[in-house]
Amino acid sequence: MFYSILLQAQTTIVQKDIPLPLPVPEWFLVLILVLMFLVHILFINFMVGGSILTLVYQLLGLRKPDYDKLAYEVAQTITVNKSLAVVMGIAPLLAINTLYTTYFYTANALTGLMWILIIPLVTIAFLLLYAHKFMWHRLENNKLLHISILATSVAIFLFVPLIFLTNVNLMMFPDKWSVVEGFLSALVLPNVFPRYLHFLNACLAASGLLLVWYFGRKDFDFEVKFPSLSRYEIRKNLYTVTFYGSVVQFLVGPIVLITLPTQGLGWNVLTVILTGASIAIVAMVWLWKEITGPVAQFGRHFTKIALTMGVVVLFMGSGRQLYRSNVIDPHRKLVAKKTAEYEKLVKEAQAEALKPKNTETATAAAHPGEAIFQMNCVACHQVNEKLVGPSMVEAAGIYKGNIAGLIGWIKQPGKKREGPAMPAQAHIGDDKIKQVAQWMDGTLNSLC
Amino acid sequence: MDFPIFHLDFLGNRALIAIIAVIHAIINHALAVGLMPVVAMLEIKGFRLMQTNPELAEKWDSLAYRILFVAFLITTTIGAMTGVGIWFSASLVNPASIASLIRVFFGAWFVEWMVFVTEVVLILLYFLTWKKLKANMVKKFKHVKYGLFLCFFSWITMAIIVSILAFMMDTGNWNNDRTFIYGFVNPLYLPQLLFRTPLAMTMGGMIALFLTLIYTRKDPDFRKSALRSIRKWVLVWGPLAAAGAMLYYYVIPTNLVGNLPVAMGTIEFQSWYSQIIVIVIVAIGLVIGMANWAYFRPNTAPAWLAAVSILLIAGLMGHFERLREFIRKPYVIGEYMYSNGLRVEDYPLLKRDGILKHANFVATKEVTDDNMIEAGRDVFILTCSRCHTANGAVNPIVGKFTVMFGKEPWQTPQLKGYIKNMHSARYFMPPFPGNDRELDALCAFIKELQTNPQPVTGAQDGLGFNKPKPAQSVAAR
Repeated sequence: MFYSILLQAQTTIVQKDIPLPLPVPEWFLVLILVLMFLVHILFINFMVGGSILTLVYQLLGLRKPDYDKLAYEVAQTITVNKSLAVVMGIAPLLAINTLYTTYFYTANALTGLMWILIIPLVTIAFLLLYAHKFMWHRLENNKLLHISILATSVAIFLFVPLIFLTNVNLMMFPDKWSVVEGFLSALVLPNVFPRYLHFLNACLAASGLLLVWYFGRKDFDFEVKFPSLSRYEIRKNLYTVTFYGSVVQFLVGPIVLITLPTQGLGWNVLTVILTGASIAIVAMVWLWKEITGPVAQFGRHFTKIALTMGVVVLFMGSGRQLYRSNVIDPHRKLVAKKTAEYEKLVKEAQAEALKPKNTETATAAAHPGEAIFQMNCVACHQVNEKLVGPSMVEAAGIYKGNIAGLIGWIKQPGKKREGPAMPAQAHIGDDKIKQVAQWMDGTLNSLC
Repeated sequence: MDFPIFHLDFLGNRALIAIIAVIHAIINHALAVGLMPVVAMLEIKGFRLMQTNPELAEKWDSLAYRILFVAFLITTTIGAMTGVGIWFSASLVNPASIASLIRVFFGAWFVEWMVFVTEVVLILLYFLTWKKLKANMVKKFKHVKYGLFLCFFSWITMAIIVSILAFMMDTGNWNNDRTFIYGFVNPLYLPQLLFRTPLAMTMGGMIALFLTLIYTRKDPDFRKSALRSIRKWVLVWGPLAAAGAMLYYYVIPTNLVGNLPVAMGTIEFQSWYSQIIVIVIVAIGLVIGMANWAYFRPNTAPAWLAAVSILLIAGLMGHFERLREFIRKPYVIGEYMYSNGLRVEDYPLLKRDGILKHANFVATKEVTDDNMIEAGRDVFILTCSRCHTANGAVNPIVGKFTVMFGKEPWQTPQLKGYIKNMHSARYFMPPFPGNDRELDALCAFIKELQTNPQPVTGAQDGLGFNKPKPAQSVAAR
């Protein structure tokens, strides 16, 4: 009984789409959405993972100062990654706005306060990151404050993805739109947290790999910069971060799949995801060889690992888009139908409105000026009574015999009374204003 | 009408966009478009002296770097995020309009994005390689080129976005020339660009002046030569900015200019507005005066006054932005879509059937005698809330009616008569879109607001409809 009422309450809302054609073919939008989103999220991963690793290294640096220097080095990469993350996010944002207009905007509005809070939150996180980076040496003696600055921006970075995930999750489920009440209720929809874990793991795995490369570059004087650390050990540890990050993905991934509403889970999605996962296993074997292999051969699999991981990400991103279109496409057909029906109604009503009506001619005004008055002035003026402005009889009395003065006032009014000033009415046109003035001076003054 | 409606009942929705957009526009113009060329100019000064006078060259170089540092900090944080913020806020507040614009200007925005990527990459390169690329003339020359490319692309970013802004203002052309190209050839494009470019350069110059006054305190000789260069820059661009402002002001179509006085609301402001020329002259005059003061009496020139002049031009710019937003009214897209997000062509249908019938995310689909106030709230949200709050700080509907009808209880015929005809008397108001019953309901709700002040909640606070209300009573069974 309880459940049946709940189910009834979940009415699926079908909206009308923007009644303008798509500006580019749909496949192009999908391509931009998938590819550019992956580029965007890669830099986001670098940014979030990099900040977390900086924090970890800096905490280690409290014991062993070289780790603090290592943290400083990692912090340098965030500046670039965060700027690219933002700018690369614009293309997928543009594509999702165009392709899934009604879905995306609906989810945005339903979680609106949190959605717009992304802007100040991320701005603050960025400013704190700069404060942390550029005041590193000035805050040498106040590590607590220095680390707190970084910790605050890491905390923001850990929170903001939840807002994005809540939105892209909510947009897929029109049946939930009528029951969510603000951000929190959308946040607790079943799929959000598993995807969040998936994202965090990806951040660590991607950043680990990036830094293995960064510290492995030939022109990077690791031994000079960090005399007490071993380049091999640090890079091996970073590989390990990537490795365990990927292992955990194999546990979180199935949870993500299970918690996804089943209506979008077709064989196409599963095939793509499972293919991606099996390719990932290859990369993980190489990773394992790197971590456990001889020091002399360290790094020889790096390019292969990075490329394979790139392919895996491409598969996962495509699987995600396939799922989304599986879920949304039936609903999009309903939307298209409703839009077409509505546009038809609009055309009908327009044609109807153009037909002359007999009723109006019956109440036609005696003086053309009165008709113009009825069209343009009655919002604020009545003939005999004060409304917003004075009655027309009163106004006509003031300008008795002074039509030019009356016309002048209508075109460019001043302010003489309490209440709002009259706006200029010059847009009505000289001829019509003259007719109103004639009607006022003639007909109304003769009433007195 | 199709989207759940986000609504901020205290601040007002337009204020949200305005705050974000004005911050972004000022940062973009002053720091990205205007200041980068000044930084490049200062760097080149140093570059030319590298062989003859390395010590002096280093002074120019480090001044340029310190100024760039400030620009880099602000543009890559507040600047970048407010840019995204304009999108976020506009799509929250008026999704139908931004979605329609995207369908026409996808190409413009896509090109804009590519230029923007280039700009970001260049500013990263320019700033982060500064120290690495100064060892010799060859490296430095490469770095100088980064700077010049950056100046170019920053300007191009602005040149593209102005096409969309110009298009949105030019009434009537949506229906006839709904193309990307028209954004560039429409009559408002060049005047806007001719106004914004020198204004940005002037602001950039004044920020450089301000920072130079602060950074060169200990070195009077270099201070003088640095201020001389910056003064020259300001003296060239300042008068051009004044001319651009006047040009822009005069080419705005006359029918729109007729609407300008009401933009400012009060009659006091109207008389102020007619003196806009004076204001432009004062702002630019202060800029030029300040530049000269800094050059001739560098030690007495107060940095705070330079800051004041920057704020004054920013104010002037914000004012023009507001004006630009306002002269679009009652439309958000000229003669195609009203500022309430409804298309002109929707009106006959909505007047016939009522707006509730065709709306989503509303609590009521039809007005009945029992649901007048509830339905009135829906009608308010659908038709008024894009610009008005109920009792909030910005444009409250209760405040508007109190000014018009006083504090006595309002009467339905008064309210109804006004709302029905407001668009003819108040040119900036869209006509009321719904049917007569809905107008009754709206009036009932407005009267309720007068006697029982209450905030109107938006979709982000929960929709307040279709909730599983019986859940408790069922559980009690």
